[in-house]
Amino acid sequence: MGMTITEKILAAHAGKDEVRAGELISIPVDMILGNDVTAPLAIQEFERIGVKTVFDPDKIALVPDHFTPNKDIKSAEQVKIMREFAQRHGITNYFEIGRMGIEHCLLPELGLVLPGDVVIGADSHTCTYGALGAFATGVGSTDMAAAMATGEAWFRVPATLRLIYYGKPRPWVSGKDLILHTIGRIGVDGARYMAMEFAGETVAGLSQDSRFTMANMAIEAGAKNGVFIPDAITDEYVKARARRSYKFYTSCADADYADIIEINVSEIEPQVAFPHLPENTRGISDVADVTIDQVVIGSCTNGRMEDLRVAASILAGRQVASHVRLIIFPGTQAIYREALREGLLDIFVAAGAAVSTPTCGPCLGGHMGVLAKGERALATTNRNFVGRMGHPESEVYLSSPAVAAASAIAGRITSPEAIMGKGCLG
Amino acid sequence: MRQLKGKIWVFGDDIDTDAIIPARHLNTSVPRELALHCMEDADPTFAEKVGEGDIIVAGSNFGCGSSREHAPIAIKAAKVACVIAESFARIFYRNAINIGLPILECPEAVREAKEGHEVAVDLARGLVSNVTLQRTYNAVAFPEFMQAIIGAGGLIDFVKEGLEEGSRHG
Repeated sequence: MGMTITEKILAAHAGKDEVRAGELISIPVDMILGNDVTAPLAIQEFERIGVKTVFDPDKIALVPDHFTPNKDIKSAEQVKIMREFAQRHGITNYFEIGRMGIEHCLLPELGLVLPGDVVIGADSHTCTYGALGAFATGVGSTDMAAAMATGEAWFRVPATLRLIYYGKPRPWVSGKDLILHTIGRIGVDGARYMAMEFAGETVAGLSQDSRFTMANMAIEAGAKNGVFIPDAITDEYVKARARRSYKFYTSCADADYADIIEINVSEIEPQVAFPHLPENTRGISDVADVTIDQVVIGSCTNGRMEDLRVAASILAGRQVASHVRLIIFPGTQAIYREALREGLLDIFVAAGAAVSTPTCGPCLGGHMGVLAKGERALATTNRNFVGRMGHPESEVYLSSPAVAAASAIAGRITSPEAIMGKGCLG
Repeated sequence: MRQLKGKIWVFGDDIDTDAIIPARHLNTSVPRELALHCMEDADPTFAEKVGEGDIIVAGSNFGCGSSREHAPIAIKAAKVACVIAESFARIFYRNAINIGLPILECPEAVREAKEGHEVAVDLARGLVSNVTLQRTYNAVAFPEFMQAIIGAGGLIDFVKEGLEEGSRHG
């Protein structure tokens, strides 16, 4: 019996010929990530261990992205703890405001996470890097602290759920729609403790940005990691960014899967997840009259160039509905500059949108777009839990950037087709 | 390990970490500040009414969502003795063990529990007893490796022991 890509990456790091689902292993990690919410706790725990130095100052990334630019004094104190720790330990990959980005957009962009890596991050959306054919998973602050001291982390090798996507996507259907549909089908604990392996002819043709979006939301089905088999699209993305060697792994044809689900993409419409779970998905034609107060486009899920381009294609020459606040936040400074060069930011501002510096702020109800009681938002983010973007009695709906942009114009949740006709997303 | 006994508070399925400790309170990691907002978006009055040694009983996928360790810390700092659920989301499960918050998977006990029942937990033997109903259930046992972490008093102490061991052997 062969191994899955997840088992192969873990076996290689364990120095073994083979590992199997269920096995407990302690293995070296290639990158450890923390942010301004999770790293301060990790630093406190790290100091309790009593070691004088981190295991490797080049293999730790600290990104102040959640409540930054600092939203209040307490947040400023948290970032200060992280900044001073980075200085004290000579952490190479600390990214200051003005040079940072949303962590899961930033690390791949800079080539800090590569195919074949094992990455842990004290942030649940660390699973994003599986889009490059890495094993990447979210952990807590204490795990981060232990790994900063030892360079290792322990794992139970996950069983794999293989998802095979086939058929041609309909107009305006993106990676976000595929992953929302998948979560709707298997549920928020449908892949609990498992690896989600995204495969099939449709994902083979999917852009790297759409792959990041899909792997990013594996956690919303309870998965330990989401992973794509790396290919020419992956290589095109990483070869210009990598400053160290990387390795492509692939699943054996006779690998052992916990389950295999086939999904006919040609039947999937643009998706909307209703409050208060990402599994509450509906096709756009089943969405009745849902008026909205705010639209958010961006985040580690959908803050990349493909996302901004499709939003701009819909917003160009149009106006955001008078009762709607549209907030757009590019994922990194590099994405911000590219959007500026391509004229996208001008389109957004002309349409009546607010454009923000990169931050996680609005996605988790931190700052830059917090909802009042009774307000309703449509967001391209990843979670629509109770109170996620503000008041516990506010509501969050999730969609792709195309649906979000179209809805911002209409003032209610709307299909891009209703605004644009049957135009096709690239 | 000690025997725990307390009044239970019952929650449903898919209680996420945003409900356990909303992000608006994450600009601090001080346990007693987090405790003031424990379970706030699932039950806004929880932090006021929960008593020392009480037990949280919940459905499936408890602790889903964000990796914030502030969630188990808030529960532990609110003096909740233990969480019993049908199942836990994986990062929460890991975090709870790492910080020393006792948690047990025991679907049968959850299904029969009602708010206000008194429940006793024997962590060493993995037994959950509903004192009110006079029923005892077997919980899912921890793998040996996790028992070692729990036995050491959490991951940090486990790592400290390992590093000391390593330095002794050169």
